[in-house]
Amino acid sequence: MHLTIEEVRHVAELAKLRLSEQELALYAGQLSAILEYAERLQQVETSCVAPTPYVLPLANVWAEDLPEPSLPNALATANAPDHEDGFFRVRAVFEE
Amino acid sequence: MSKALYELTLHAAWAALQRGDFSAVELTQSLLDRIAQVDGQINAYLTVTAEQALAQATAADACRSRGETAPLLGIPLAVKDVLCTEGVRTTCGSRILEHFIPPYTATAVQRLAAAGMVLLGKTNTDEFAMGSSTENSGYFPTHNPWDLARVPGGSSGGSGAAVAAQMAMAALGSDTGGSVRLPASYCGVVGLKPSYGRVSRYGLVAYGSSLDQIGVLAKDVRDAALLLGVIAGQDPHDSTTMPAPVPAYSQLLSEDVRGLRIGLPDEYFVEGLQPEVNAAVRAAIDVLAGLGAEVVRISLSNTDKALPVYYLVATAEASANLARFDGVRYGFSADSTNILDNYRDSRGQGFGAEVKRRIMLGTYVLSAGYYDAYYLKAQQVRTLIKQDFESAFTQVDVIASPVAPTTAFRLGEKVDDPLAMYLSDLFTIPLNLAGMCGISVPCGFDAQGLPIGLQLMGPHLGEATLLRAAHAYEQATPWHTRWA
Repeated sequence: MHLTIEEVRHVAELAKLRLSEQELALYAGQLSAILEYAERLQQVETSCVAPTPYVLPLANVWAEDLPEPSLPNALATANAPDHEDGFFRVRAVFEE
Repeated sequence: MSKALYELTLHAAWAALQRGDFSAVELTQSLLDRIAQVDGQINAYLTVTAEQALAQATAADACRSRGETAPLLGIPLAVKDVLCTEGVRTTCGSRILEHFIPPYTATAVQRLAAAGMVLLGKTNTDEFAMGSSTENSGYFPTHNPWDLARVPGGSSGGSGAAVAAQMAMAALGSDTGGSVRLPASYCGVVGLKPSYGRVSRYGLVAYGSSLDQIGVLAKDVRDAALLLGVIAGQDPHDSTTMPAPVPAYSQLLSEDVRGLRIGLPDEYFVEGLQPEVNAAVRAAIDVLAGLGAEVVRISLSNTDKALPVYYLVATAEASANLARFDGVRYGFSADSTNILDNYRDSRGQGFGAEVKRRIMLGTYVLSAGYYDAYYLKAQQVRTLIKQDFESAFTQVDVIASPVAPTTAFRLGEKVDDPLAMYLSDLFTIPLNLAGMCGISVPCGFDAQGLPIGLQLMGPHLGEATLLRAAHAYEQATPWHTRWA
């Protein structure tokens, strides 16, 4: 398994990470080595094995639908880099 | 010479506070002085909340003078900086959260506070708990109190070093693949990882949600048992907490392990194990056998697949969890003109190298065309690993092994080779995949004077038996009385 720089660039875009050319080259090598190590799983016979996404026997944990105090608006936006009138401000979404 | 107050165990300090031997303010001041004296070399803390700590201690003394008490009244503790603390900066060891002040407190921390804890501060961690050495902290590495040129283990290395250097009576950590047990082993303290679902994860900044569990680092097993009793239990804010009642763990401790069946997995005593680690762990098992436990050879045959399964499952979950850092609602925001560039730049500049590596790996294994080959396959093999443990626990009560293949390595030794770093977690990761409980207990030192940890593992919600075995071993040996 060897990842090309272009494949790594594509993954970085999916993850919304701006990476430098050096980082792309570094991760291409390192991710390839880790994936090669993971190749050993392919030899395990699992055609009749159910996946375990979650270890607990709990399912459908119910709670009463009761109104409770929620985070005050001022606290919810207190850590925002940019906010106005109780809203988060974002950068331009649409091109001119 | 009498002991300094910071040298006491948590349970001894609590009893002394009850007797009125000293005040919570005096105890807290002793810990704060100790931090001021030694943390310049160790760098265990990211934030020390000295003023608030003394105010909490004053309140604890006032409470006690009214005849009231609580299980941790006036006891100074530290908390890993991945747990939210209302009004106290919480960085996760990341520059992206350098100025983040949580608007609420994690349930586990809230329960400590309700039991009367004095919060000393927040401890260093690998960024977002991703690492085995604390070198991935976005701020500075933490040093091992036994040898400052070595790592304390990770990712709860700040908590491990703080307890080992007696800068906290105990500390909270989190364990996704060994992050409580590894630093406990490298620093020579007790590290307990409870079963998945035993302790609420509400307010723990998520890394691998199906694996993460909050644990404790303590000076001895009794202290760990006490703390687990306080933080464990169902929480309406975390639907993955188990409704099972919480036993009085510290009252169930005994030194009697007669008839206890201890499994020794062949797969954990392999080539590559540092000879002194092998010898110390086998000697520890002989001690337990001498106390009347029955030792049984067992097999956990899929152990060699645990590491690749972990690095596929944990990174996939991390890539989804860390999508929340968008430069809009909290955290670092880059100076970009449109929203897409703002996402890319904020994340690209805000995250460190290991976090980006794991987000990339996780994004790749979840991406179209690779999901079945990597992520689904890993989840299937995870089932086999869990079944190994389930089958073993029909024959034995606890499983014993080393915590790590070696003692603490040197700072800088593995930073350029992520795969070599990941191998330090070889013996701790399988338990997280199975969701069961485990503990690291000091069991000796190597020729260089570095601590070695014995790992005991128990079935899901098997903490009471696990703690009993660990306590019996600890009380029969001198290791827990030695300090860096």
